[in-house]
Amino acid sequence: MTTSPYEHHEYDVLIIGAGGAGLRAAIEAKQRGLSVGIVTKSLLGKAHTVMAEGGMAAAMGNVSSEDNWQVHFRDTMRGGKMLNNYRMAELHAKESPDRVRELEQWGALFDRTKDGKILQRDFGGHRYARLAHVGDRTGLELIRTLQQKVVSMGTDVFMECKVLQLVHDESGRIAGAVAYWRPTGEFVTFAAKSVILASGGVGKSWKFTSNSWESTGDGHAMALWAGAELIDMECIQFHPTGMVWPLSVRGLLVTEGVRGDGGVLRNSDGERFMFNYVADMFRAETAESEEEGDRWYEDHSAGRRPPELLPRDEVARAINAEVKAGRGTPHGGVYLDIGTRRSAEYIRRRLPSMYHQFMELAGVDITREAMEIGPTCHYIMGGVKVDADTAATKVAGLYAAGEVAGGMHGANRLGGNSLSDLVVFGRRAGLAASDYVEGGAGPSGFNWGEVESAVARALAPFENEGGENPYDIQRDLQEMMQANVGIIRTGSEIDLAISELETFTERVKNISVKGGRAYNPGWNLATDLPSMLTVSKCTSRGARDRKESRGGHTREDFPKASAEFGTFNLAHTIAGGAWDGEITTERSALLTMPDELKALLEEGK
Amino acid sequence: MAAIESATKVELGGVRGGPDVSTLRNDRWWLQPVVTVSILTAFVVYSTWAAFQNQNYYVGAAAHRDLISPFYSPCLTTTCVPGSGSGFAIHGWGLSPALIILIFPLGFRLTCYYYRRSYYRAFWWSPPACAVADGHGSYSGETKFPLIMHNAHRYFFFAGLVFNTLLTYDAIRAFHQPGLGWGVTVGTVVLVINAVLLWSYSLTCHACRHLCGGGLKSFSQHKARYRTWKFLSRYNSKHMNFAWASLIFVALTDVYVRLVASGALTDYKLF
Amino acid sequence: MAEVTMRVWRGDASGGNFEDYTIAQNEGEVVLDVIHRIQATEAPDLACRWNCKAGKCGSCAAEINGKPRLMCMTRMDELPEGPVTVTPMKTFPIIRDLVTDVSFNFAMAERVPALLPPPMPEDGYRMFQEDVERGQEFRKCIECFMCQDVCHVIRDHEENKQYYAGPRFFIRYAELEMHPLDQNDRREYVREDMGLGYCNITKCCTEVCPEHIKITDNAIIPLKERVVDAHYDPVAWLGRKIRRRTKRTSAEAGVQPTP
Repeated sequence: MTTSPYEHHEYDVLIIGAGGAGLRAAIEAKQRGLSVGIVTKSLLGKAHTVMAEGGMAAAMGNVSSEDNWQVHFRDTMRGGKMLNNYRMAELHAKESPDRVRELEQWGALFDRTKDGKILQRDFGGHRYARLAHVGDRTGLELIRTLQQKVVSMGTDVFMECKVLQLVHDESGRIAGAVAYWRPTGEFVTFAAKSVILASGGVGKSWKFTSNSWESTGDGHAMALWAGAELIDMECIQFHPTGMVWPLSVRGLLVTEGVRGDGGVLRNSDGERFMFNYVADMFRAETAESEEEGDRWYEDHSAGRRPPELLPRDEVARAINAEVKAGRGTPHGGVYLDIGTRRSAEYIRRRLPSMYHQFMELAGVDITREAMEIGPTCHYIMGGVKVDADTAATKVAGLYAAGEVAGGMHGANRLGGNSLSDLVVFGRRAGLAASDYVEGGAGPSGFNWGEVESAVARALAPFENEGGENPYDIQRDLQEMMQANVGIIRTGSEIDLAISELETFTERVKNISVKGGRAYNPGWNLATDLPSMLTVSKCTSRGARDRKESRGGHTREDFPKASAEFGTFNLAHTIAGGAWDGEITTERSALLTMPDELKALLEEGK
Repeated sequence: MAAIESATKVELGGVRGGPDVSTLRNDRWWLQPVVTVSILTAFVVYSTWAAFQNQNYYVGAAAHRDLISPFYSPCLTTTCVPGSGSGFAIHGWGLSPALIILIFPLGFRLTCYYYRRSYYRAFWWSPPACAVADGHGSYSGETKFPLIMHNAHRYFFFAGLVFNTLLTYDAIRAFHQPGLGWGVTVGTVVLVINAVLLWSYSLTCHACRHLCGGGLKSFSQHKARYRTWKFLSRYNSKHMNFAWASLIFVALTDVYVRLVASGALTDYKLF
Repeated sequence: MAEVTMRVWRGDASGGNFEDYTIAQNEGEVVLDVIHRIQATEAPDLACRWNCKAGKCGSCAAEINGKPRLMCMTRMDELPEGPVTVTPMKTFPIIRDLVTDVSFNFAMAERVPALLPPPMPEDGYRMFQEDVERGQEFRKCIECFMCQDVCHVIRDHEENKQYYAGPRFFIRYAELEMHPLDQNDRREYVREDMGLGYCNITKCCTEVCPEHIKITDNAIIPLKERVVDAHYDPVAWLGRKIRRRTKRTSAEAGVQPTP
């Protein structure tokens, strides 16, 4: 092996991303006695997992004893509009109870039932009270628990270290990655026998988003460049309830727990409009009147669920339609009201961080006033195509888990399924990567050429004088994607986006960066933009080719779901590994579900 | 040192950012220390003076009253003015009887977690206010003598309970006015309020909260202690208020008794 | 449109100074919005750390007008008239501009002996709400490290960093000591190795906590009282002798559970 001209580390398992999935994978590999390195763009414990509020879904049956994995599986598949990788949904439903319980061994403290078990709450799309939670800060609890476990195991964590590109060996197996330290701007190489991508989502390419600067789709893009496939990239979840005012916090998430705990949506006429938007698929299990919905909150057997708790795509579309029909609030949202429905004490206890968020940022007391909310870009269902049991991608030695992996959630994710997804498939990725390493099939070299080209590309903006400010490009990209590939899409706009993205590609090649390499946010953004463009291209191409409306993908020109389009995913690959290379989009048939699972889906329809 | 070896090292002497000034705060951070210094200094000056007076601390049968200043109760020397004695008397003590006992309430307040916060800030400037530089070059906190003695707080708390009991007894006794029978005067009300405030201050103290239940690992196994802890916790957050109220009122009580005893004021009978 | 002057400290380990940026201020904005606008226009290399912009991740701590605050939760309209000074956290070494090297905190995190529970029953542990509530308060911590920053024990006395865990970790120790399942006993460890005695309970940690955790009253003082039980109180010592109870020495407590 050539000596690295940069700081160099070697690991059995290299994990990119320190959110829930990455940390859970690390624990698994560490328990096997392997050497593990975790690389994260931010500090440890700051990953986007902390933004998850409502809870983690697991059919433990602590509150509703009727609940079991079969019902959870059915809810997940129906919520995903049947586009899911059924095997992932099955494993997820079966394993999440154990994954939740084990967290308590490592120090998590969930809210309790009267008899001392883990308390579970209601959430959109889940038939029974299923979300284990801690107030409205469940994601923080999850990440802190895993972080503390990982730290106590003595795992190496590279913080504020941004991976630029994956590195192969000569035969195309994954051999590691090249990264740079944000504090110093120095490059660092990692040789690894296996790599697990756990890098989260892509939401920063939209203007109104609940995602932080980190969600630039690095893992999606790097996997694609490295030879893996991306699927379902058109399926993006717009969370129905984001803040709309003040403008500076537009998009900031308002937990679904508000509705789970009794909050309702009203338009500017004061009408609970969700009753007008119940799709046939959900009519049998949704309340027909406000009284019935309210009874359900008191006693689930006394009525059916109120329509505010339909899956997120349904609610987001309804809100969008109300605003478009001129029944929106002054700032272009609708009202989410819990203040008139629950006591102030109850609200402060159940939703403490929502209370503070509105009080401090908007000056709104949610125990007395209604919140103004509207849809915000929240989550990408699509991602790297993986094998359900092993989280393995098409590329030998490369695994993906969490938001960066696709398939689990189909066309729409149910609230609460994301946190349990992280730990179920984080663990499986850790297991499979460890098996792969122990099986001795690891890489036989390290392609330094890939390192050098990644380094050269990263440094190019310093050489370029008089080019564009990366912030301008990012802002324009966000506005373009919001306008053309937003919550409601149409063919002509998508085509426009696809051609615009080619212009953006040229603009990105002409970036200039001011200042030095040490902790330079402008430069960091310049290294993010290729990923953002790559994922935006895949999303747009998927949106163009999926000529129907399904889950997180809504086409104005094809407003109905089509049976034909329900049989495949759209899979993207890139030839040759160049970040601006030609993307190929093809249909990829869904896995065939065994009959006993099909039967489950028929039940209670 | 036996701490777990951390892979991440603590490196000392790193260059810090920001300008090298003691604070950038532009609000009135100095106000709170000034107020604290003023009140505590006034109290210390007054109580020292009062403790050395060795007179006018008791209003007795001659005035048909039984009022004793909290600074002098229990009065434990042979020199106590008639009627004010406690039944136990130390012989040969030439100084004021207050000096024997005041160490206990003083110790309770000195070791109190709330007062520690206040005087470390206001008098010792360690720190004078948050994000304002410490007034000292070196610092060892409460790890060395004498400040390590703060760990004895709970014993001063116990002593405080004894004193509270005695002062409560004083307050009850004051309702019986020699030669007149039972009745309520301004003086009795003052002694009662004083006792109530002292109890409130003591029982809301952090040591009490710990001993009553806070020290448990699991509450569900000890329901009664949990309820006590929960109750005390609610008022523990008001400990600061009780600390100030009881401090000021105990001085006012002494002032009142002193004025009546010296004849400057008559203890008005309410009913 | 209103304008405001932001006086931002810029520099690195080789030195630095204030730079003034006069910039528009819109309704409802927080300090971080204005900093971002400076980045996007005048100074793309202005370093600041941030993630969620919602007060949930604790990345954007800095000192605003001399006080540790989260930039994302400090509204511009609540600040007094005149220039707004923004400086990096003082207690930690500077990296650049508003970004500091907070590795001290990660070193202290590595020294925390993790939870030591009994084996888990098949259907999970049973714990009751009243047992978990104390710990839940401390687990609200978002690790912004402002309590560490404001704590004069290390803010003004660099040398103490060697033997002082700081408020963020005292709430962690309190959480573990109050955990109904925990079987370790870290009281001597906290006293001897984590420097609990250095805290003089001046409560600045509680004052700056963005999560409103009662760090001093609910964690540090209860820990100090537990240390009194374990180390200083002669009656407690006698009680242990009579009831044949033992306590763990610092060395016994200071080990990580096997994974």
